Amino acid sequence: MRVRQWWRDLAMGVRFAFAGGREGWMRAVLTAVGVGLGVALLLLTTALPNALAVRDDRAAARNDLYYGDTETKVSRSDHSLLITNADTAFRDQYVRGRELEPEGPRAPLPPGVEEFPARGEMVVSPALKDLLESGSGKLLRERLPQRIVGTIGESGLIGSAELAFYRGGQGLAEKLGGGGVARIEKFGLSQGASEDMDPVLLLLILVVFVVLLMPVAVFIAAAVRFGGERRDRRLAALRLVGSDSRSTRRIAAGEALAGSLLGLVFGAGFFLIGRQVAGSVEVYDISVYPSYLNPSPVLALLVGLAVPAAAVLVTLFALRGVVIEPLGVVRTAKPARRRLWWRLLLPLGGLAMLYPMVGQGRDEGDFNQYLVTGGVVLLLVGVTALLPWIVEAVVARLGSGGVAWQLAVRRLQLSSGTAARMVNGIAVAVAGAIALQMLFAGVESDYTKRTGYDVSLAQMQVTLGDGEPLGPSVEKFRRTEGVRQVYAYSGGYVGERRTDPVLGTQVTVADCASLREVATLPSCRDGDVFAVRGADYDTDTQKLAKGGRTLYLDPSYEGDVKNSEVPWVVPSGMKQAQTRPDPTGSERGGFLITPKALPAAADAALEGQLYLKLDESVPDVRDLVRNTAATIDPLREPMVWQSVQRADRYTAIRTGLFVGAACVLALIGASLLVSQLEQLRERKRLLSALVAFGTRRRTLSLSVLWQTAIPIALGLLLASVVGLTLGAVLLRMAGNGVRVDWPSVLSMTGVGAAVVLVVTLLSVPPLLRLMRPDGLRTE
Amino acid sequence: MTAPAGSLLAADELRKAYGPTVALDGAEFSIHPGEVVAVMGPSGSGKSTLLHCLAGIVPPDSGSITYNGREMATMNDAQRSALRRSDFGFVFQFGQLVPELTCVENVALPLRLNGTSRKEAERTALGWMERLEVDDLRKKRPGEVSGGQGQRVAVARSLVTNPRVLFADEPTGALDSLNGERVMELLTDAARSTNAAVVLVTHEARVAAYSDREIVVRDGKSRDMERVV
Amino acid sequence: MRGIHPMYSPLMSIGHTLLGLLESGPCHGYDLKRAFDEKFGHDRPLHYGQVYSTMSRLLKNGLVEVDGIEPGGGPERKRYAITEAGVTDVQRWLATPEKPEPYLQSTLYTKVVLALLTRRDAGDILDTQRAEHLRMMRILTDRKRRGDLADQLICDHALFHLEADLRWLELTAARLEKLAEVVTK
Repeated sequence: MRVRQWWRDLAMGVRFAFAGGREGWMRAVLTAVGVGLGVALLLLTTALPNALAVRDDRAAARNDLYYGDTETKVSRSDHSLLITNADTAFRDQYVRGRELEPEGPRAPLPPGVEEFPARGEMVVSPALKDLLESGSGKLLRERLPQRIVGTIGESGLIGSAELAFYRGGQGLAEKLGGGGVARIEKFGLSQGASEDMDPVLLLLILVVFVVLLMPVAVFIAAAVRFGGERRDRRLAALRLVGSDSRSTRRIAAGEALAGSLLGLVFGAGFFLIGRQVAGSVEVYDISVYPSYLNPSPVLALLVGLAVPAAAVLVTLFALRGVVIEPLGVVRTAKPARRRLWWRLLLPLGGLAMLYPMVGQGRDEGDFNQYLVTGGVVLLLVGVTALLPWIVEAVVARLGSGGVAWQLAVRRLQLSSGTAARMVNGIAVAVAGAIALQMLFAGVESDYTKRTGYDVSLAQMQVTLGDGEPLGPSVEKFRRTEGVRQVYAYSGGYVGERRTDPVLGTQVTVADCASLREVATLPSCRDGDVFAVRGADYDTDTQKLAKGGRTLYLDPSYEGDVKNSEVPWVVPSGMKQAQTRPDPTGSERGGFLITPKALPAAADAALEGQLYLKLDESVPDVRDLVRNTAATIDPLREPMVWQSVQRADRYTAIRTGLFVGAACVLALIGASLLVSQLEQLRERKRLLSALVAFGTRRRTLSLSVLWQTAIPIALGLLLASVVGLTLGAVLLRMAGNGVRVDWPSVLSMTGVGAAVVLVVTLLSVPPLLRLMRPDGLRTE
Repeated sequence: MTAPAGSLLAADELRKAYGPTVALDGAEFSIHPGEVVAVMGPSGSGKSTLLHCLAGIVPPDSGSITYNGREMATMNDAQRSALRRSDFGFVFQFGQLVPELTCVENVALPLRLNGTSRKEAERTALGWMERLEVDDLRKKRPGEVSGGQGQRVAVARSLVTNPRVLFADEPTGALDSLNGERVMELLTDAARSTNAAVVLVTHEARVAAYSDREIVVRDGKSRDMERVV
Repeated sequence: MRGIHPMYSPLMSIGHTLLGLLESGPCHGYDLKRAFDEKFGHDRPLHYGQVYSTMSRLLKNGLVEVDGIEPGGGPERKRYAITEAGVTDVQRWLATPEKPEPYLQSTLYTKVVLALLTRRDAGDILDTQRAEHLRMMRILTDRKRRGDLADQLICDHALFHLEADLRWLELTAARLEKLAEVVTK
């Protein structure tokens, strides 16, 4: 009996959610869209680990080149394959490339490839194919002129936007052992035991997930309350015709349930759409195939149950302070001033949960995942609890100003709760993001190393092959558009004996200008030779720097191939040079030799290094250089210097954060816009009346801006405080010193502010439409 | 018809359609300073549209409106808004008071839109509230006062800028007879004392009886009842 | 049409009504009575003597003339026609608003129907009356504003009645087309 009553009330609520004409439908759809977006994000989150796992599997399945895994292990047979790395880059995008030379009919095909490309042919990924065929890919096509004979299937790629090719090679066997060529019998060799997750990384990942999901939860809570005031009026009407207050509540719950159930459907739809869209976008170099994005069934089921349940609970919670009387709605909660103490308990409780783990990141490296999650959640929930109190307290004290300001402040004073609810999501997201950015900035030093490259001097480096003459190459690069200067060095090693030398040091051959970039020279003329003093780990130079002594360039070693062993007589009257960090950031020792001071035969013993200074104003200058390098040797890939280099895993997490933060902010922006528009629609007549007596549109728009900006400013302020606190605690947990990363605080609050601005801008056209005098018409 | 001599606001051959619905179909109007003109007519006859056109809220599709010798069609939206702020006052049936502002702030609003300081504006506003016998409501919000009180506050607001034309669209529509008549008495007294012209849209004859002259709008055409007799 | 009947009162001008009926063409006294009863008399028909005395007064004033007499004599056998002066008189009567007072509707109704019958603008009649009513209401409103409570109450009484009349005028104006159909069929 009771159960049936329950069902009847809930069902009635469900009916009400969709009744009420166009407006009722609109509200139901808005709620559903809100909940749906949240559900889609939740599903995406549950699908992400799966997607990344599939990506990893695919990547593992096509693994091919390993150090030390060369011809010594695999011998030539009808099922062996020679493979070499032909990676290149186009603009900022990495292009995965391999050159293949099957040695027999049963040579293994790479995943996703149906037939070996012959020499002069290649198979490419669909994305690369599109790029090569497009106008913007012209420069890359010059470098990869081979005929495209097929595309790489999905199983051979780790993302829909991945750029990859396999091309046919010939004569790779000659380069076995030295030039990065390997002989393999199958793809997908294991990479050895997987590394254990670093505890700090684990902490980061945990926090990223919590920080991304919290705003979604807040958002869903706000979405089921769309149109709350109208619903209250309807419930009052229900009381008038005799329904008791409990069943009224159940009917309200039923309405929320209907919205969230429809939201689940929408969410599944959005997710499927998003899944398809995900296949065509690439975010921070990561793209996925739609088929990767499959949420695990258990998690999906959990989402399906939790979201409607949460919707009902939020509705009941929101109605707790509302007495629905037959003739209207009485808000008992309104006169009671918001109390501070329990709101403070939440963040303090969060801190208490995190505090015991301070410093553990360095020592045992063991975090209690539940405590971390709970603590972070409590701190962030604390934002949503504190914000309404702060908004109320501050807005009550805001003083005079212009008309727009007055309109906004008065409105906020009357309904500070609504305002705070709208901003909660953004505040939580920003607080979490600030904490994360701080944590990232703090641990950055561990996972990021300075490369030492002096990018102001040169931006690219090209290594020439052994014995390759320097001159023609230098000439080619000099003629390349966008290359300002070529610093050419030939480098090698010199020992005191032909074979198995005991003493040895580095030799650098270059003209005076180039030599000055690697050491401090007293004076320099062509024909000079310098011995460098003061370089780290250089003990032998001074011993070898005796005039008249014969040294051997490129000496051989017992049991290895015979090297060129070019003799060189140390000239007398050698000058001394002082070491300094060279463009690659290291201190160079050994002998510095100008070209005239070396026999021509020495060329074979030296390897050329070119440092290129680029004119950044030339478009695609790096690709012009790469193309020049490819004309010298198709397997030659110039290196682009960067001042810092991050550990790969760190980049991946950061990427995850950025992807997530982008979604969350878009979502919250949408919800802000929806509730903003709903508010405006409710005030249509008033707006028209205000316009009638001459209110400037600017005044009303400004008042809308203030109305959003004031709570957002307070929200961002609170978010910064909580975010910095959380960040500091997390850093201490990770064992790092606390350092506030102001740029990231500013950029995160800036992003939050930008969302407000965009929402205001987007609500101005509807506002202007609503301010048309049609609103004055009574019929 | 050309504008009658001495008229403050005059309209001729006004046409206005909302989509397929013709609201005005050649309506005429004129009013002199200090005159109260009732605009009557059945629902949907176009009387509110006539008021909106006269007040420069809605531009007519064709026809001319001259205020104080100026053709309204030559003014842009900003100029018409400025005119409404400085020279016109408005009272509507309902939904016109900003619910968040107190009564005195509502009354002061038009002055503040014109750039008067808050203090000054609220002092003037209070003077008008006294005249309309609602000065004791100054601290209350519109939601806390009765319909009749609210409408008096609205009348006070419409007069606070000393407008030369007061537009009242069913100002007593939501009130009972006693309150409605009191509002009309206060409104017309105040308007006469400041020599303001009043365009009074109403469907109630007893309200129209506060006017000096009556215009009937039927099917978008106006009829000056003075000239019928 | 029953609802209109009680408005029939001695106040209304039978003379003008008959005159107006004659405008659509000459007719016998007996037919005049029938037409009157049909359009305005309903269940309280006009006495024949009333027709006779009215027509002789009109004849005396030169507003009608005898168009012909059927054999047998007697007033019921006379055929009357309206004169130029008669048409002018009807016109003037229709155009003059009635003094706003209670139970005016019967006269107004008669005027409207006659106007419809004679293809005059019935709307004009209503508007004229309306303006007259409002003029009266203005006077009363003005008196009310100046007077004491007793004046106010008395004026209000009159005002509410006038307002009721005015609403009837508006309603009738809105239904003129329908009325025209009924009357002229």
